[in-house]
Amino acid sequence: MTDATGPIVAADGRPLKASLSRALRREKLRAFLLILPLLAFVVISFIAPIFDMLFRSVQDDITSRTLPQTVVALNDWDYTGDARPSEQTYEALYFDMFMAAEAKKHTALGSRLNYETTGISSLFRQTGRGLDDVGEDVIEAMEDASAALDDSAFWAGLFLTDDRSAGDKAASARAWASTVSDQALSLPADVYLANAAEAALPNAARQYAAFAMFTHTVDEDVPAEEDPWEAVWIALAQDLTAGELAYDGPEAAELRAVQAAVAGPMADFTFTDAFLAQDDDWGEASVWGTIQTFSSPYTAGYFLTAIDLELTPDGAQAVEDDVAIYITLFWRTLWMSMTITFSCILLGYPIAWLMANLPDRSANLIMILVLLPFWTSLLVRTSAWKVLLQQQGVINDTLVWIGLVGDGSRLALINNATGTIIAMTHILLPFMILPLYSVMKGIPPSYLRAAKSLGATNWTAFWRVYFPQSVPGIGAGSILVFILSIGYYITPEIVGGTKGVFISNRIAYHISSSLNWGLAAALGTILLVVVLALYWAYDRIVGIDNVKLGG
Amino acid sequence: MATASDERAFVEFERVQKSYDGETLVVKDLNLSMPKGEFLTMLGPSGSGKTTCLMMLAGFETATHGDIRLDGNPINNIPPHKRGIGMVFQNYALFPHMTVAENLSFPLEVRKMGKSDREAKVKRALDMVQMGAFGGRRPAQLSGGQQQRIALARALVFEPELVLMDEPLGALDKQLRETLQFEITRLAHDLGITVVYVTHDQTEALTMSDRVAVFEAGRIQQLAPPDELYEAPINSFVAQFIGENNTLEGVITAIQGDTCTVKLDSGDIIDAKPVNVSSVGERTKVSIRPERVEFNRERLHADAHTLKAEVLEFIYMGDIFRTRLRVAGTDDFIVKTRNAPDQRRLTPGEQIEIGWLPEDCRALDA
Repeated sequence: MTDATGPIVAADGRPLKASLSRALRREKLRAFLLILPLLAFVVISFIAPIFDMLFRSVQDDITSRTLPQTVVALNDWDYTGDARPSEQTYEALYFDMFMAAEAKKHTALGSRLNYETTGISSLFRQTGRGLDDVGEDVIEAMEDASAALDDSAFWAGLFLTDDRSAGDKAASARAWASTVSDQALSLPADVYLANAAEAALPNAARQYAAFAMFTHTVDEDVPAEEDPWEAVWIALAQDLTAGELAYDGPEAAELRAVQAAVAGPMADFTFTDAFLAQDDDWGEASVWGTIQTFSSPYTAGYFLTAIDLELTPDGAQAVEDDVAIYITLFWRTLWMSMTITFSCILLGYPIAWLMANLPDRSANLIMILVLLPFWTSLLVRTSAWKVLLQQQGVINDTLVWIGLVGDGSRLALINNATGTIIAMTHILLPFMILPLYSVMKGIPPSYLRAAKSLGATNWTAFWRVYFPQSVPGIGAGSILVFILSIGYYITPEIVGGTKGVFISNRIAYHISSSLNWGLAAALGTILLVVVLALYWAYDRIVGIDNVKLGG
Repeated sequence: MATASDERAFVEFERVQKSYDGETLVVKDLNLSMPKGEFLTMLGPSGSGKTTCLMMLAGFETATHGDIRLDGNPINNIPPHKRGIGMVFQNYALFPHMTVAENLSFPLEVRKMGKSDREAKVKRALDMVQMGAFGGRRPAQLSGGQQQRIALARALVFEPELVLMDEPLGALDKQLRETLQFEITRLAHDLGITVVYVTHDQTEALTMSDRVAVFEAGRIQQLAPPDELYEAPINSFVAQFIGENNTLEGVITAIQGDTCTVKLDSGDIIDAKPVNVSSVGERTKVSIRPERVEFNRERLHADAHTLKAEVLEFIYMGDIFRTRLRVAGTDDFIVKTRNAPDQRRLTPGEQIEIGWLPEDCRALDA
């Protein structure tokens, strides 16, 4: 055991450390089990949402999910040039939009892009309604050429088979359609995409597969009994005009008839013209620029917006002054929180001192008065301040009655920063008093006596001896009050008007009204970072060891 | 030692009373006069008013009635920081956010003393308590004994003429306490300062003080040098409170000058010295110190009254033997004998005869 050269071993020859950790394992396990419920609760209800929020603030895959082919086709397009996107881009947009419109996803994307460029929301909505009319002439010519095309059985016979050996030719169509519609789509059991049709008519096969899957999975109908989408017709027309038809499967004769008829109308048809006919805006570089800018699944756009910049196709730019709001709000939140914290110190310190130095009975009475607001609903307290502070309210009436202010010049104490500061100082005061009190309670009165016996005046004794020892209480109280107030929401909402609201009110607005969760998350993330930075600065300057919640 | 009453009083309490609640008096009619340089201890059970007296002297409590004078000047209305009285507290009250040197420097700073003077004085004070190397430490890094030395140095650094100590050694262990008792007395005598020392430890009071004031129920029961206090307590409270003591109760049957005869409740007759009894027939408590009890008949007067006793218990305590006897109906009568080679060791069950010199047995108030 005392052998200086080897490791210390226990009586049974095992290393002492191993023996000790084995002996302690049971206790550690028990300790862990005790904290497990809380740990699980915190992880599920606190840590996970925070990370989800952090992720949301940079996640922006709605464009790339809703218009996957368009985004790829748009890669080569140069926003700064004068040229419109290529015909392939419009073609991709047509099929993406058609699928998205069927799944009713295009309006959500429109709303998202509308945050960046006004007008896109209505453009998307209108276009979604008009998609059925794209290529009308082509479709009419096809119908005229063969009446069989109006029969849903024709399409099913052409593209679907129950021959297992056809294999999974629909994989790429399934991936695409599932992404756009944001659902897991699939063909009915024992139905496959026909090999021959897939090889000869790739576009039409792909569109039909998407239609069939959507019909089966979402509408819960039998695909063979439903008329296919216009997009399938257009795709078929594309395939038939692409060149020689090397197909001899079912319905080959009908196809050749249609092929002959469709050549004329298709020569006049382009997707570009079709979209421009829907809305001139589809020729605008700003619309395409916006789609291109937000085509990445991750974006810094929300964070830029949160600091009054905007992500334009030209890069990050400052927004115009009359819409810049977030920097102002952040600054206001910070300085008002500091003002509130400082007021709480000013008002709370004497009370805490009194409580710490009075006999227990009187101290308890004051403690009850301090805690009384805690037992009243926050909403009631804040509403009470509304009654007190308004122009015709109790405080103004009293001041007018005393004669301190004239009836015509009543003080504006509410719906501005003053109102928020007054009400929040009151509401957060207990969070300052309680840690201060418990720290002061731990400072023996003999320190002050000692200082006085050594010749210090009352003030010197307080300032040199008592105050430095109460600083940990001020620190704890300030951190509590500051962090609480920086994220406060209800009180500024009720008494703050427009000049007294905090950044959290804006976050709440984006969460519940504008539904711009990404921006709300970015604002929340910035707030979190600011708090952590301040905490870090506090630790560096004051030292977190100097924070005490009790003596 | 300065006990002469003709010396000019340095600290004086005159008819001082103190009440906190307006209903009961914590200090009743206190009169006390101390010459310069005296080491006076206020001794008493808790709640006897001794700390209140100290706080009134320091200025943290105001006297409800009466005058407190320092060097002839009334100080009732002088705030504590202007009294210039050094004070040592039971919990040391060293400022935790300052280093030891800063603590010592504090009273000099508030007196607006120059930096070099301050440093010299702090150094001298630290050396005085043999803590010269600890100036840069924080109080929390010191042991209890070291902290008390620093507290002592801080109370002395600004050279007050009067230093008050409120149970300064109460939180220390026995050995450390004895060392510091000695050091405090030495410092007080070397520096010639006047000390008022409050304690509830009678050994401390007896070993350190020039005079001891025994407090009980807001009054000084006896104010006397330690030997007088121990050997000649003037009432039964003091006799009980100071040292170990055997008490027997009875009635005075005769008084002849310096001696009296007491008939105990058990019927036995003993000799005693009347202290605060005056008439025959009065009830009395006779007090006798355990080490003055004699069971060697030859050492007593020929005509001395003796009592029969039965040995109940014999305890070996190293330097002394402690024997418990049954005497005159009580069975907690203690006899202490020195552990000398010729000393007889009693055995339980033995029947002996005990007696004492009449001057060692004091008949006190009942």
